[in-house]
Amino acid sequence: MNILVGISAVPDTTTKISFVENNTKFNTEGVQFIINPYDELALTKALEITEAQGGEVTIITVGDASVEPVMRKALAIGAQKAIRVNTVAKDGMHAAQCIKDAIAGQSYDLILTGRESIDYNGGQVAGILSEMLDMSLINVVTSIEVNDGKVTAVRDIDGGRETVEASLPCVLSAQKELCEPRIPNMRGIMQARMKPLEVVEPSVDYSATNYDSYELPAEKGSVKLIEANNAEELIDLLRTEKKLI
Amino acid sequence: MVFVLVESEEGKIKKYSQEALTYGADLAAATGSSCAAIAIGEDTDTSDLGNYGADKVYHVTGSGLEAFSPGGYATAVADVVSNNGGNYVIVSGSYTGKSVAPKAAVKLNAALATGVVAMTDGNSIRKTCFSNKAFSKVSMSGDVKVITVVPNSYEIKSYDKAGSVESVSTDVGSSVKTKSISIDKVKGKIPLTEAELVVSAGRGLKGPENWGMIEELADVLGAATACSKPVSDMDWRPHSEHVGQTGITIKPNLYIAVGISGAIQHLAGVSSSKVICVINTDPEAPFFKAADYGIVGDAFEIVPKLLARAKELKAS
Repeated sequence: MNILVGISAVPDTTTKISFVENNTKFNTEGVQFIINPYDELALTKALEITEAQGGEVTIITVGDASVEPVMRKALAIGAQKAIRVNTVAKDGMHAAQCIKDAIAGQSYDLILTGRESIDYNGGQVAGILSEMLDMSLINVVTSIEVNDGKVTAVRDIDGGRETVEASLPCVLSAQKELCEPRIPNMRGIMQARMKPLEVVEPSVDYSATNYDSYELPAEKGSVKLIEANNAEELIDLLRTEKKLI
Repeated sequence: MVFVLVESEEGKIKKYSQEALTYGADLAAATGSSCAAIAIGEDTDTSDLGNYGADKVYHVTGSGLEAFSPGGYATAVADVVSNNGGNYVIVSGSYTGKSVAPKAAVKLNAALATGVVAMTDGNSIRKTCFSNKAFSKVSMSGDVKVITVVPNSYEIKSYDKAGSVESVSTDVGSSVKTKSISIDKVKGKIPLTEAELVVSAGRGLKGPENWGMIEELADVLGAATACSKPVSDMDWRPHSEHVGQTGITIKPNLYIAVGISGAIQHLAGVSSSKVICVINTDPEAPFFKAADYGIVGDAFEIVPKLLARAKELKAS
């Protein structure tokens, strides 16, 4: 069982977001980068599967050299090897194309990644890769089981869940609840330094979208405080002022 | 031409698909084009789609479309769009839409933008990024553009369009690579992602046994229930209720937060809500800064008062 896990390096969840260069670039100053939380679940699940059934987990990241510490952490958690495509992805289509080209000639039974990254929130790469590679897709999954060349997964649907079966090879994207993320131990951290991290150059430099500018959400006006003694007034205000109830 | 994939449940067009149609009709008007709906499956009721903004409806049925599959649906959509000279494909950011849009974009060799909350013009959109902590203006190039619209971002408008239906019979069987084994719908509850009103609670409730009043308040208001990350991590509530940066992102019309302090990760998931009410014992809780209404006080005293008043109003 060979599994490829897409890993994205994203700002830590506590990051206060700001922009520079006239609001055209994300301000990375002082920002701690982490493995995208959903990708971390995908990685852990991949390790659980290969530990039970044998095989190897390869991680792939599209990014410049600054993402390598995050990749080393993924290796420390347990992935066997890593591939870095040396470019900054412009969008999901670009990232997926880079991944597709980088793994040409290799074969994976499963490709796992997070359901979206918490920076650009595209949620695109899994779907695009499945189409480009002619693999089956099960998106936003909370459970994965692999048996006899088949994968059975539970995916979120609007208003519930669906159990879906697909033949291998299959692309799946991880949703919370898939597993508990692992924390690297000292041995893992030591071993990670010796594990292969291959850098490949991108074959494409094209994307059909461009992030022109950024802005922060409008500040809320000041909060209207209601006395605890008259708490029920809130219900009246929601009805009369906001017409919500 | 602008194409909009519409989804239905038990034949009825989903609210978020009506929103996507409004987006499509607005985009068609802005670009001097017309708007066509793509409805998939035998049991979709296509009769109202003109009122929701469709000049035309392509009702696609056939082998491989009996149940949802990402491959089957994406092929059906891409075929209709490319056979009829589509320039735009609008899809709701529902779970279905999120599976279909990327695959359809590859098939159509299109630019893809997801998480879209507004149209800027025909060639650019506004989308959420950094998990709702920011927005970005994104320009899109190419002949075909695929856009997924975040539910509850677009006010539904009513139209008086023809919505004439053309039946399309197809066979997408070879694109179907997944098989549905079973579907487990949450019964008797409003799905969180579709809820217009949400009542949410956090650690301030002290234990899972105290959620009765939250569920009751939600029930009386016709709201869905949600919770903070620590609460789902401690298994007081199911993970499916966790809203926040690493949980579900929601933007209901009303979000009532009880006993949630408002950590930056929680705010990321809910800050797009139109009206936010915060109930917390700590007047310094950061959530008050993001709130429209606030009550400083003990949830165990305040929620019963809200509940009593809501019941009174409901009864009158």
